[in-house]
Amino acid sequence: MSTETEPASPASSTPGTSSGTDASAYWKSNLRLLSSLLVVWFVVSFGCGILLVEPLNAFRIGEAKLGFWFAQQGSIYVFLVLIAVYVVMMNRLDRKHGLRED
Amino acid sequence: MGTLALGAGLDVQGWTFLLVGFSFALYIGIAIWSRAGSTSEFYIAGKGVHPLANGMATGADWMSAASFIGMAGIISFAGYFGSVYLMGWTGGYVLLALLLAPYLRKFGKFTVPDFVGDRYESSLARVVAVLCAIFVSFTYVAGQMRGVGVVFSRFLEVDITLGVIIGTGIVFFYAVLGGMKGITYTQVAQYCVLIFAFTVPAVFISLMLTDNPIPQLGFIDTLGGTVGGDIARGESIGLLEKLDGLNEELGFAAYTAAPQQIIARSGPKGYTDVFAITLALMVGTAGLPHVIIRFYTVPRVRDARMSAFWALLFIALLYTAAPAVGAFGRTNLIEATRDAYYSAEAVPADSPAGEKVIPDWFRSWEDTGLLAWIDKNGDGRIQYRAGAPFTSATSKPVFASDSDGSPIRGEHGQRLLVVDGDAGGAGVVPTDNANELFIDRDIMVLANPEIARLPNWVIGLVAAGGLAAALSTAAGLLLVISTAVSHDLCKRTLAPNMTEKTELWVARGAAGIGVVGAALLGIYPPGFVAEVVALAFGLAASSFFPVIILGIFWKRMNRAGAISGMLCGIGFTAGYILKFKFMGGTREDWLLGISPEGIGTIGMLVNFAVGITVALLTAPPSQETQDLVESIRVPRGAGEAHEMQVPPAHAD
Repeated sequence: MSTETEPASPASSTPGTSSGTDASAYWKSNLRLLSSLLVVWFVVSFGCGILLVEPLNAFRIGEAKLGFWFAQQGSIYVFLVLIAVYVVMMNRLDRKHGLRED
Repeated sequence: MGTLALGAGLDVQGWTFLLVGFSFALYIGIAIWSRAGSTSEFYIAGKGVHPLANGMATGADWMSAASFIGMAGIISFAGYFGSVYLMGWTGGYVLLALLLAPYLRKFGKFTVPDFVGDRYESSLARVVAVLCAIFVSFTYVAGQMRGVGVVFSRFLEVDITLGVIIGTGIVFFYAVLGGMKGITYTQVAQYCVLIFAFTVPAVFISLMLTDNPIPQLGFIDTLGGTVGGDIARGESIGLLEKLDGLNEELGFAAYTAAPQQIIARSGPKGYTDVFAITLALMVGTAGLPHVIIRFYTVPRVRDARMSAFWALLFIALLYTAAPAVGAFGRTNLIEATRDAYYSAEAVPADSPAGEKVIPDWFRSWEDTGLLAWIDKNGDGRIQYRAGAPFTSATSKPVFASDSDGSPIRGEHGQRLLVVDGDAGGAGVVPTDNANELFIDRDIMVLANPEIARLPNWVIGLVAAGGLAAALSTAAGLLLVISTAVSHDLCKRTLAPNMTEKTELWVARGAAGIGVVGAALLGIYPPGFVAEVVALAFGLAASSFFPVIILGIFWKRMNRAGAISGMLCGIGFTAGYILKFKFMGGTREDWLLGISPEGIGTIGMLVNFAVGITVALLTAPPSQETQDLVESIRVPRGAGEAHEMQVPPAHAD
């Protein structure tokens, strides 16, 4: 994923973190993951559940209108998936950068 | 007569006493088993809580009496508009999991003001945070104690005051004795009680109306089952489609129609408002101190992430079932009461066979004041239509009773209301619309077991569930209040040399005083509490959230920025709420069409804007602080350096 080799900024090579470069690459990957997950978070709730509710209501899931379903059910399921993806990806990232706790 | 009433009462009440008593004994047992021996155990359960257990505890901590009893009812009356609560109160956990929980766990102290004070190297910032935390938590806890009293009075026919005192005694026992450790494990038990109590009736109602045992799937299914089949009258029609139709026949906006529901609630520019309310609830959820503090109790950063997943899963079990219960309850209630005769005798002899008469549960819930009927046109049938049936000082029915307190009944046996000509008077003033039926929204959860003709133990279970929801939230809030006083105010600000032993006693004392204060607010509720509870989210959104986010994600953020941001954010939000909630401001003057419930979103933006601008105009924070920020961003290393050095306890 992240193969940045740019020198770490002075502040990031602080005492206490095992490796400054690793920590800053880790942080960049983390921010990238966060932004993509938050885009999905925004789209399902404010997008599908509020702004696009009318056009989506033209479709159905079971016997319910899709936009309404997103607002009362679907968005919550997607939130759960988002946190699950975050947990898995961050654990992978921790290991990759040697920052996993014991 | 007396023995009959006693014998009939023992069934439901006996079960209720048994189940409530059993659950209370369980909480006390757990409290004795998990006594706190140190401040670390008292504040954060010694960081030894398993992520799964913490997830359950967070679920119980978060879901209050309002979630358990009130939410399905709010949704069943608000239809689509109820979505703002569903999305707002779950979407906040995404923000919490991704943006706050792992980093605050790595920071690893005891409280939210700890983080604010240390990150911004300022006692002033810490004290501002303490005041925000106490204010938000105290308004919230008063509502919980009131909820305890209401459940007691409704199910056990105990006086509200006595109910509050019993509830207070229980919370006092395990919060003061066990601190966070005791609270955590009682909350795990309370979660199990409340989710079981919510799910059992939901499954049965779902079967009755859709023949589908899973409420979340019944919600999107066709009508079927014992009751649903009758309602569909042989037609294959979706539950929600039928409900849309029923709503429209009675003059309400269709249940699932977004624009109509939004305009009814927030005016023509409603979309901005819906957007703002949802965001304010999400951000407020992520910024509430009693929720954040739960993530300090797990052993590692990755446990904090996992814990957030479990928490949302456990919350979602109730939050996805609630809209289903709301829709089922409304469909069933409309069908059962619409144009039904109050008594079989009132049905005219010449009317066709099979005229509808109200079901038995109608009368028992009339006795509790959750239903009331005022026969405006004198035809002996219940007309349920859009609009309030009457107005009164409390917006609730006022039942007539004679001098010895027994109810006065009308010609059909219905409870009569006190009617007067003056809205400020002691009675109700009938409105001139066609609606004759008053329905308290709490009925959707409380009456479900009875409406579904479930066994008596299920009704007792719902009472125990409502109490579990209220007590668990109250305990979590009390802990925030007690740590804010003993740790943030005394130990970190006023008396840094205090021994651990003294601090533990101060913490217990603060929890004790807090619980008594909350009980008093529960017994003598000031009129504004309910209003303020709903607005606590806006205050949390506009104060804590931006300061914590910037503290983690922007190293350049400094003390001046944080303090000015917090003060401007919460000042703007509180001022707006005061103007429009308490000083008679009207909807026409709302800023950008945003209601006081949604203004926290703007307050948050004000906090961000002011904070960032001021930080850029003043000196960057010290190298030490920048190192602290670096260290909280990674899970491993430097963590233990920030553990608090606990001085050895003196033998005094």
